[in-house]
Amino acid sequence: MQQEAAIREPLILGNKNYKDITDDVVGPIQGKAPMGWKIMITITSIIAFYGVGCILYLIGTGIGVWGLNKTVGWAWDITNFVWWVGIGHAGTLISAVLLLFRQKWRMAINRSAEAMTIFAVIMAAVFPGIHMGRIWVSYWVLPLPNQFGSLWVNFNSPLLWDVFAISTYFSVSLVFWYIGLIPDFATIRDRMTKPLQKKIYGILSFGWSGRAKHWTRFEEVSLVLAGIATPLVFSVHSIVSMDFATAVIPGWHTTIFPPYFVSGAVFSGFAMVQTLLLIMRKTMKLESYIHTKHVEYMNIVIIVTGSIVGVAYLTELFISWYSGVEYESYAFINRFSGPYSASYWVMMTCNVISPQLFWFKKIRRSLVATFILSIVVNIGMWFERYVIIVTSLHRDFDPSSWGEFHATSIDVGVFIGTLGIFFTLFLLFARFFPVLALNELKSILKSSGDEQKRIQPDGKSNH
Amino acid sequence: MESKKVLHVMYDDDGKLMAAAKQLVAKGIQIKDVYSPFPVHGIDPVIGVTRTRLAIASFMYATTGTCLALFGMWYFMIQDWPMNIGGKPSFSLIENLPAFVPVTFEFSVLCGAHGMALTYLLRNGTLPGMPASNPDPRTTDDKFVLEILTDENEMDAGALESAVNETELLELSIKEYAA
Repeated sequence: MQQEAAIREPLILGNKNYKDITDDVVGPIQGKAPMGWKIMITITSIIAFYGVGCILYLIGTGIGVWGLNKTVGWAWDITNFVWWVGIGHAGTLISAVLLLFRQKWRMAINRSAEAMTIFAVIMAAVFPGIHMGRIWVSYWVLPLPNQFGSLWVNFNSPLLWDVFAISTYFSVSLVFWYIGLIPDFATIRDRMTKPLQKKIYGILSFGWSGRAKHWTRFEEVSLVLAGIATPLVFSVHSIVSMDFATAVIPGWHTTIFPPYFVSGAVFSGFAMVQTLLLIMRKTMKLESYIHTKHVEYMNIVIIVTGSIVGVAYLTELFISWYSGVEYESYAFINRFSGPYSASYWVMMTCNVISPQLFWFKKIRRSLVATFILSIVVNIGMWFERYVIIVTSLHRDFDPSSWGEFHATSIDVGVFIGTLGIFFTLFLLFARFFPVLALNELKSILKSSGDEQKRIQPDGKSNH
Repeated sequence: MESKKVLHVMYDDDGKLMAAAKQLVAKGIQIKDVYSPFPVHGIDPVIGVTRTRLAIASFMYATTGTCLALFGMWYFMIQDWPMNIGGKPSFSLIENLPAFVPVTFEFSVLCGAHGMALTYLLRNGTLPGMPASNPDPRTTDDKFVLEILTDENEMDAGALESAVNETELLELSIKEYAA
């Protein structure tokens, strides 16, 4: 039995036993849907349907309905894509990187963070898909034999690397998530009394029975998947950043992009995890499992990654001057003083200053402050991508082709729509799926439970 | 001939299960399996579960992915239709290798992860629609069960029962089964 120092804050509060953990998570699934949930899903579904309408209108009419023009050929679409992929990164970081580092606090949050990853990556994939204009030929991104030669896709292009990176990332995250879910679906299956529910969870649980050999394999698979998902998560956002970094556009053509994008991704992802979990713990009464300590740990990750992002912004500015390349210098002067300077200063305030507030223990451990700051960070991170993309593009090398980008209602509608779809999916997850990793939480109850820490197995009191 | 029986011994704590398993194995009793709601660490060597080779399988799948990706890109970009893209011609694998690293890596991860996941599900026999085989629904909640077969042990059911009763068990069920 693993022991943990008594002075370490317990991860599971209250006098819980194994059965309580099951009850707390499976109980809400068995019960009727609460009114709050019904209201929330109605609102998010309406937004989702509006978004789907905008997408269908866009596909039917063409991408001219966005505010794109010859100078700014990439704007909200790629901004939203990068933003969503970035949000997804926290889920993999929590489930894979923290697993390798044996961080037990991840066990209360990994399931919902992984769900968030999957839904966020689906939302991200929408944007390059619809940006193609002719989505029905989207299979052309794959190296399939064809009647043009065969003319193959270009494996030297980061845009194609993205196809492989995002699809691998999505499918591996999905498998990782589902393998963890199987034993918990079995727990629900064995608790359900209504035949239809029992049948459905029976199919979802793949007939899991919890044999010793299966658990050994389960742990090995989790460990190996975590081992390969860790470099994967770094590679994905590095490749996303190379979409820009390998171009010759001033403001994009920098070697700092991969680490800068990866830390920005983790930064925004953790903020989104905070936003979702702070609501979920309250409405689903999971305060014993996701409490101040978990929030504090996540806020520490936000300080670290937020500071890396801040340093990257300043490095970019310095290098643009130090390089002596006038296009590069101009791109950055234009960023903070040009037509899009408001976006730049929103980005700076939200991403560089606001996370630094977490140095104060009071703020770091305050749930209200965390909730507000998590939303601020996500707004800031959206503006970061917007600033990088639009301000770099709108001033061409040739002043006669300078232009400006103005978002249309369809730009806004599609983005808001993806938020609606994302929250709808997450609400469905929270209603029908085990929102905590039951089997993992049970395995740390004895070492990290509040009551169990007070009475250690040797019978001595630690407090 | 004596009928074959299966003993399911239930415990309400993983520590008690562990102690009981050690106690029974010390008496020379063969434990067929353990059903638990979460992995009980340290039980594997006691009941003779060997280490899984899934990690090796994953490595082999990933290596296959590496080879396939490199072969594919060599064929598409160099053999079948070499192109001069942006002044960077694709005329040999070695010159193009740096640009092939990302896709090679992604494809290796794809094959390694999915190959291992499929092998895991197939070897476990956990597939959509498979029936559950845990002896009691509580074993996925908070109870732990030891499974002992009379067929695998030299002791008869009575002797096994008395040995099992010396442990801190919660319940015992003995069933006959057709071999």
